[in-house]
Amino acid sequence: MSGYSNLSWGVMTMSFSNCKRWVTGMAVAGSGLLTTLTAVADPVPWQMNLRKGATRISHDIWDLHMVALWVCVALGIVVFGAMFIAIIRFRKSRGAVAATWNHSSKLEFIWTLVPVLILIGLALPATFLTRDIYDTTGSQMTVKVTGYQWLWRYDYVSYDGKPVTKVPTIWSRLAWDSNTARQLGSGVSPYSVVSKNGDHDYLLDVTHPLVIPAGVKVRFLITGGDVIHGWWVPDFATKRDAIPGIMNDAWAKVDKPGIYRGQCYVLCGQDHSAMPVVVKVLPRAQFNAWLSAQENPVTLDKAARTAEVTPSKPGPAKG
Amino acid sequence: MSSTAQAIHHEEHRQSFFERWFMSTNHKDIGTLYLLFSFLMLFVGGGFAMLIRAELFEPGLQLMQPYFFNELTSMHGLVMIFGVIMPAFVGLANWMIPLQIGAPDMALPRLNNLSFWILPFAFALLLSTFFMPGGAPAAGWTMYPPLVLEGGSSIAFMIFAIHLMGISSILGSINIIATILNLRAPGLDLLKMPMFCWSWLITSFLVIAVMPVLAGAVTMMLFDRFFGTNFFNAAGGGDPVMYQHVFWFFGHPEVYIMILPAFGIISEVVPTFSRKPLFGYKAMVYATASIAFLSFIVWSHHMFTVGLPLGAEVFFMYSTMLIAVPTGVKVFNWVTTMWRGSLSFEVPMLWAIAFIVLFTIGGFSGVMMALVPADFQYNQTYFIVAHFHYVLVGGALFGIIAGVYYWLPKWSGHMYSNFWSKLHFWSSVISVNVLFFPQHFLGLAGMPRRMPDYNVAFADWNMVSSIGGFWFGATQLIFVGVVIHCVFFSKQKATARVWDHAYGLEWTLPSPPPHHSFTLPPVIDDSQLAHGDTSH
Ligand SMILES: [Cu+2]
Ligand SMILES: [Cu+2]
Repeated sequence: MSGYSNLSWGVMTMSFSNCKRWVTGMAVAGSGLLTTLTAVADPVPWQMNLRKGATRISHDIWDLHMVALWVCVALGIVVFGAMFIAIIRFRKSRGAVAATWNHSSKLEFIWTLVPVLILIGLALPATFLTRDIYDTTGSQMTVKVTGYQWLWRYDYVSYDGKPVTKVPTIWSRLAWDSNTARQLGSGVSPYSVVSKNGDHDYLLDVTHPLVIPAGVKVRFLITGGDVIHGWWVPDFATKRDAIPGIMNDAWAKVDKPGIYRGQCYVLCGQDHSAMPVVVKVLPRAQFNAWLSAQENPVTLDKAARTAEVTPSKPGPAKG
Repeated sequence: MSSTAQAIHHEEHRQSFFERWFMSTNHKDIGTLYLLFSFLMLFVGGGFAMLIRAELFEPGLQLMQPYFFNELTSMHGLVMIFGVIMPAFVGLANWMIPLQIGAPDMALPRLNNLSFWILPFAFALLLSTFFMPGGAPAAGWTMYPPLVLEGGSSIAFMIFAIHLMGISSILGSINIIATILNLRAPGLDLLKMPMFCWSWLITSFLVIAVMPVLAGAVTMMLFDRFFGTNFFNAAGGGDPVMYQHVFWFFGHPEVYIMILPAFGIISEVVPTFSRKPLFGYKAMVYATASIAFLSFIVWSHHMFTVGLPLGAEVFFMYSTMLIAVPTGVKVFNWVTTMWRGSLSFEVPMLWAIAFIVLFTIGGFSGVMMALVPADFQYNQTYFIVAHFHYVLVGGALFGIIAGVYYWLPKWSGHMYSNFWSKLHFWSSVISVNVLFFPQHFLGLAGMPRRMPDYNVAFADWNMVSSIGGFWFGATQLIFVGVVIHCVFFSKQKATARVWDHAYGLEWTLPSPPPHHSFTLPPVIDDSQLAHGDTSH
């Protein structure tokens, strides 16, 4: 299990150095968006466990998950072990004679009390962590996320204490190559859907990802435009239902730049499996440059627009 | 006794096939009808599951449009819950409760006939929606608005079918309560009843409490869809989350409706083949009752990501974790019943042991999901799919099969094939794990549920799961063969007691029991009770 998480950590470190190279290579404001961000957080074949993810919350959840898992394994060993021993030792075919006792208040007291103590041990850290998950105070950026059948809409609301007014809405739908391949009888293999840097991103890539800065606490206001959807990036452990008429909030502070992928997780109709969530986390300086380029579409480089369409496409900056 | 018995006996001979099976008021015949119906539905719902697993065998769409896939998952859930698990338990209750408490029949025999015969009509309505314009309902068995309201007029049929199923199970439960409270043989105190009766008595109250809640939820949905109300429509001032609260107020007790009777069956089977009284009988009764009570105050653990207030998240986390305590008591007591017993491993015992292991695994993932932060990663993924299939297939279904293998010789008067029933067991218990265990991995890797298609990284475990699925599905055909052979062709006569250490009133009757049994109440001998002497 840990092998997988090591693997994704390796990929993550690699991509980070890529980013740094690009940051130094592109000092020109407005062109910083053209980075080769390797996907740092794709699911991998035969993956068996949660990934640790890229936020403090996702790490803490991973720890809690592992503790709970090992507690269950330990209890399983005790219970199934006792049963196994009984099955081996107390067989009628081996001449076992049944005892006649049928209760023991002491035993029953113990196995009521011990589970209670174990559960308290799990519930306490879980309570504090839940409080952290709910604590959206101190965020430096707010993005509104709206789910529609079958795409995501992202509106920047505020950043650094100032309202963001001029950045156009991002409409984030399934990437076209995935969309072609996913049709019944398309004849296109899902394995052939590969991003420029070799990721198999079938059903996990979008036309325009959400772009957020690294190292910044971002608050997401999540709602639904038609039916209920669910906005989830597993590596942020940021997950909330997108419900019409209700504005939920959640947050993430991602330190490592990269491309993070998730999916709509609440059944929302026929193309439920075709509305991925892709978040591109840029180093802060690059993000600022990207944002001001968005705010002034005149200076928005043509190449930059192209790069937006295929986020993982490597390419040099203008000039 | 003789004159009434003879009169009844005479009547039997005059019964035509139609009279016997369609107008029956006999608890055994109605029990048989329930069991046959749920057996049939097992293959309908199982057929849907096979199609689902076939589409999920590989990434990409090979067989069906995604909308049809959603119809299949929705109907699979509804059929399995309301058409297989619940009717099978009612069938077992019909057969066994009068025999176990020494009653001549159910307390309300005509009602009994009605509550069964509603079901085929309900399911005919429900399944007919596949052939309607717009197709069957496709919003999942949970039927969340607003999505469900996008469905065609077929949702009216689904809602009416659910009303009928609700009426059927409420009437069935009223009958069970009336029977248990009024028709116990003299001297058979409540705390001398077999655990199966106890678990059904408690389950019946759950059914009566929550089926009307479901009926209310779907009726509000009906009004929203056809009569212009806005209960769940945010644009009209309604609240889609309110539906989820109402639904899960039904839904969580419902999961115990589907498992408590199985607990009862296991509590019968394990002592029989351990040749030792059930450990902690009274604790088992109290544990069952506390599980039932707690099941009313945990519903929002299905909704940890809808944006509940922090206090609610924490409350529902604690209450959910609390359920693990009485549930743990049950598991510990079964294991302790086996401890220092004299075990033999006839087929019912094999299923019971598999039940304990698989249900406990499902319980473990349940505890993990009770932790709110962890649930943020598990919610609506294949992890929950794995969880509830462990408790509903490895738990409820395996419990039912254990019960069928336990009592089938009593019902039919014949033994079934040892070889084929063991093959059925081993093939099922291996394939069910190949089918569902990898789904934990898929969920942890981030694959959401209810998806006809997925990224290639999820391909391998999905293929393993599908292979397990086809294997498990095919294995159940052996079950059909074993049952048909046992009922119609087996030459091996069953004794009255069938199993050498089977105690309880049902085993004092010949196998098969006469069409009308216990026309005079039996005399209760405490040493013959299923769980031994509980006087201390
Ligand atoms: Cu969606
Ligand atoms: Cu529940």
